[in-house]
Amino acid sequence: MTERRRNSILYLDGVSVAFDGFKAINNLSLVLDKGEMRAIIGPNGAGKTTMMDIVTGKTRPDEGEVYFDGMVDLTRHDEADIANMGIGRKFQKPTVFEGHTVEDNVALALAGSRGVFSTLFYRSTSAGEGRIREILDIIRLSHLRGETAANLSHGQKQWLEIGMLLAQDPKLLLVDEPVAGMTDAETEETARLLREIATDHSVIVVEHDMDFVRELGVKVTCLHEGSVLSEGSIDHVSADPKVVEVYLGR
Amino acid sequence: MIVGHLLKNGLTRPILITLLILIAAAVLVPVANLALPPSNPFHVSSFMVALTGKYLTYALLALALDLVWGFCGILSLGHGAFFALGGYAMGMYLMRQIGSRGVYGNPVLPDFMVFLNWKELPWYWYGFDQFWFAFVMIMLVPGLLAFVFGWFAFRSRVTGVYLSIITQAMTYALLLAFFRNDMGFGGNNGLTDFKDILGFSVQADGTRGALFAASALALALGVWLTAAITSSKFGKLMIAVRDAESRTRFLGYRPEMVKLFAFTLSAVMAGIAGALYVPQVGIINPGEFAPANSIEVVVWTAVGGRGTIIGPIVGALLVNAGKSWFTGVLPEFWLFALGGLFVAVTLFLPKGIVGTIAHGWKARRLLIKSREEQKAREISEEQAETEAAVEAAQ
Repeated sequence: MTERRRNSILYLDGVSVAFDGFKAINNLSLVLDKGEMRAIIGPNGAGKTTMMDIVTGKTRPDEGEVYFDGMVDLTRHDEADIANMGIGRKFQKPTVFEGHTVEDNVALALAGSRGVFSTLFYRSTSAGEGRIREILDIIRLSHLRGETAANLSHGQKQWLEIGMLLAQDPKLLLVDEPVAGMTDAETEETARLLREIATDHSVIVVEHDMDFVRELGVKVTCLHEGSVLSEGSIDHVSADPKVVEVYLGR
Repeated sequence: MIVGHLLKNGLTRPILITLLILIAAAVLVPVANLALPPSNPFHVSSFMVALTGKYLTYALLALALDLVWGFCGILSLGHGAFFALGGYAMGMYLMRQIGSRGVYGNPVLPDFMVFLNWKELPWYWYGFDQFWFAFVMIMLVPGLLAFVFGWFAFRSRVTGVYLSIITQAMTYALLLAFFRNDMGFGGNNGLTDFKDILGFSVQADGTRGALFAASALALALGVWLTAAITSSKFGKLMIAVRDAESRTRFLGYRPEMVKLFAFTLSAVMAGIAGALYVPQVGIINPGEFAPANSIEVVVWTAVGGRGTIIGPIVGALLVNAGKSWFTGVLPEFWLFALGGLFVAVTLFLPKGIVGTIAHGWKARRLLIKSREEQKAREISEEQAETEAAVEAAQ
């Protein structure tokens, strides 16, 4: 098992967490290989977001092991540490800095020193500027770079948040419901973008939209009541009678 | 050099104009008081110099609050405590300057200590006979309190209304402590009967003019520093922490450190404001720690416009000028007027005076720009039409 852990980017084993007696995560085990993209599905309350909270340090598990990059015990670190180690997260509800421009949002996410004095005396570099331009091109928001983020449409905010993830340049991206509230065209574009990102990053995508998951064409894990119900290709999982019963059948 | 870059960064046109006005005031007001005869229409009375000098220290206090509230989202209801601590540090220096000219003529002990039958100076009064020591303490004591307070509060992730309540409790606790005679700060009478500052009589017009100028320049420095900080990447980070604190954590920032820096710096600014306030009003007593004082600072900032740099200054000056006028005409109703003002601003001017004007200005410019674009489009369309007509005719 340790061999398996060493080669993984994310390794969860026997993780449980309870809130006021309710087991949000129940003996969950999940392994993500380096460079892999994985889709996670499951009905509401299956523990998808709680799992992300555990990985990013927002919630401490009651028991179980959580390892990043084979070596780092994530249960011993807080959110800022974990983010700096290289785990980026996009939230279910797009969370951007509404008062800042699109460009400043990306600039704040841009990899670099995070200390008080280094930001106080920070001077932008041409390499940084170039990277910001590149990211704005990728997320198709170049024409809105000076716009306040509060004025973006829902879909544009989702994209901006993905852009902020890219700017962080993490090893592992956790993407929570990236296409919620998007049009079909935007959804398709997002799938393309995520596939592109997955070529040189490890990615976990949580999503309800089955067409979108099918479009990603990756291994799927179905969660139910805080543990893994089924795992495999999208066809395998959607044909699994247990999955049909709890999720797709309704 | 990096500090130079930081300071240069904040100098936008409105900030430059504000700095120039403050520097001009620092020179012209004392000159108009000292050089012009009272019959001259431009003469400024000594009373006005002291009064406006006091307002300028209030403006610096409001600016300090704005740095943490307007830009970093920390609603401190205890900023009066840092102001009062800076004031007490200055008051202790001024007490030691009295020397043997006190009522009891004791060369070392201030009058109230003689009155309480104290035999020697408490250890925490040592050094305050030196101005440089008092100057360091004016910044160090409020800064240290803010640092320790912030360290525990921000690391424990106390935010929002809970933080506001404990800042209020902090200033109230200090109020009660400073009321006690055995604290050694003059009890409920506080520190007063000052004679000299740096060898000059605090009553003299020249000294008052110099104190006015010092207050205007301290405010100018505060404006410059705040402008530089808020326009740096750190300033953007402060606003990010204000708007979505937990998001900054997931980007790898430590919002508690951002807040701690802003809170400590703000407390130092408030302490300097308090130190300039005390020699101009001639007294510091525990009443300065009263929670209501701190809340009044919040009202000034809200009226002027939080999250802007000029707003809190305008707010502090206007509300206090209003207070001076109102308490002269209808003294019993001032608190009702202040409360009503806060409600009215919250309902009708949530951005404050300066925020609303800046917003309107921006909207007007956008409107003009879009009209010009519209006109340019119409002209080019007309041109295209005439060209098409000419081509058709040919």
